[in-house]
This record gives sequence, structure tokens and C-alpha cells, in this order.
Amino acid sequence: MMRPGFADPVQDAQSCFRAVLEALSRPGRVQTLASGLTPPAPLHPATAAVLLTLADAETPLHHDAGAEADAWLRFHCGCPMTAAGSAAFVLAVTPPPALATLQAGTDEEPERGATLVIQVEALEAGSGWRLRGPGIEAEHRLAVRGLPDGFLADRAARRGLFPRGVDVILCAGDRIAALPRTTLIEEG
Amino acid sequence: MSEDLQARKRWMGVLAKASADAIRACLHTVPPLPPHTRLRGPETGLVMLRGRAGGDGAAFNLSEMTVTRCAVTLEGGDTVGHAYVAGRDRSQAELAAVLDAALQDAAQRPALLAAVIEPLAAAQAEARATESRKAAATRVQFFTMANMR
Repeated sequence: MMRPGFADPVQDAQSCFRAVLEALSRPGRVQTLASGLTPPAPLHPATAAVLLTLADAETPLHHDAGAEADAWLRFHCGCPMTAAGSAAFVLAVTPPPALATLQAGTDEEPERGATLVIQVEALEAGSGWRLRGPGIEAEHRLAVRGLPDGFLADRAARRGLFPRGVDVILCAGDRIAALPRTTLIEEG
Repeated sequence: MSEDLQARKRWMGVLAKASADAIRACLHTVPPLPPHTRLRGPETGLVMLRGRAGGDGAAFNLSEMTVTRCAVTLEGGDTVGHAYVAGRDRSQAELAAVLDAALQDAAQRPALLAAVIEPLAAAQAEARATESRKAAATRVQFFTMANMR
């Protein structure tokens, strides 16, 4: 059965956009989204809200969330579905694809790099990884449960590509945190 | 196009052209419609109309048109009803979407077709015929030399 999207598309998408902006400008700080969404499984409310806010007819999407989520995303976002290598947004509810397989943009147009939305089990600020970089005064700490082991190494190996790269938004339940391509991560 | 699609196209067209009051007047005779959930809208936006000179020339943008659309799903069913109607009448779009969802259910279809769609279609045909008669009465025939030979 098809489920509804945002109750008030304009206001809800704006407040969600604000939260995503806040998450990206303060990497590792956890933002809470009160979206009121009841998306189809396996999507969490935060994951669904981020995609409803960011994806539209001009942003090809790739996801691994199954048929029901596919129909829901097509109806509410109206976004074309494509392969991971040509997608502007990539949603991973299972272990994410290797970063090298995603669009990284070009040196002239680094904004064309993909945004990877990963649905994880839990996000907690204050312990775990040590994050440094733009948007962080000294260091932010973020604990993430549900990411594959090789993720940090994969991300670190691609630092040399800067300004090209992939930005990551982590979603769990109704919480999000972001890891822009500029953020340095050390395992705590 | 399959028969089902043809029939759905017809009732969606009739509902899009009927005012909310006209639809509500017809609904008094049928049992109340099941409760519904709004999936999208009703929301008003613009649609670009395209035209072709003489019907087969190059396509051009004729103008933009105000359209209200709505998508609903009925309680206990998984059919989605859609409506796109001209203008800004949100209640017309919502009613039309609910009726589209109910009409897709084969059990309710005959009663709804007879009570709602047929009377509306008849009224629309009648209004159109009246308009055509009025226009025909003021028609002027022009003759040219070539025709008079």
C-alpha cells in the first residue's frame, strides 16, 4: 500500500533541508528530524526525509532498498532511477558500495560528486571517532553502529582526489549526521 | 489501449470537467465513500500546454495553465486514485481522486458509474450541445469567386 509523504511538503522539506545544512556544516554533530513520516520498510524516517528533501526529477538516484521503497521514492520524489556510477544520490541500507564506483565530480565541477546516504543502526555524538576539519573547532566525536569495517579506510584512501570526492549523510531512526569530503576521521 | 484504461480515461475526463458541487450533488444517491488518506496534495501548479499549428506543424509552447492535482488512497485498499483538474478548486481535485480510487474497485464501479459519471457526462454533453447550437446560429457563410463558378 502506498504511504503518504510529508504532511506539509513546503514547510517540512524546508526544516529538513535546514537540518541537513546544519549537519553538513558541523560534521559529526547529530541533528534530529521531526518529520512525522511513516515510510515503507526498510527506510527509516530520517532517511526518507532526507531523500524527499533533496531528490527530485533532476537528480538520478540509486538505491538498494527494495521494490516497495522504490515505488514510494518514485512517486514522492519523481526522481529517475539509475546505476550507482551515474547517480547524484546513492542510498545504501545494506553495506554501501565502494566509494571508487561513485561519481566524484571533476576538478572544474567538484559539486557533481555523488552524495551517499547511508542508513545505519545508531548514531551517537560524544564518543567513538575523532573528527577534524572545516566546520569543527577542535574535534567532534561520533559513534556509528552498522557501518562495514573497511569504510573509513576506503574514505581515507580517496583524500588525495580533493576537491573531487563523495559526501556522506548518515541516517538512523530520526537522527542524521554528515561526513563531508573535507572531514578527517581518526578511529577513537 | 486496454478497455479498463479506456474506461478510466473517460471517467477521469468527466470528473475533471465537473464542478465540486455537481459531483457532490450526485454523491447523495450512493452510500458514503470510504475514508481516504492524502498521498500528495491537493496542490496547485502550472502545466505547460503545447500546440502544433494545423495539428501537424512543429510543436510550440501555447501557454501555461493552472492545474490542481491530488493523489489519495482509500482505507483498506491499495489502489491509488489520481486527479488533475483545471483551476484551483482543491475540493474538486480531492473528490475526483477519491472517486477515481473507488471506481477502480470492480465491486463499486457499476453503482458509481450509474449514479455519478453517467449523469455528469450527460449534463456535460447537453451543455456542449447548447453551446454549439448558439454558436451555429451566428455562423456566417463566406463565398469566394472560385466557389461560385
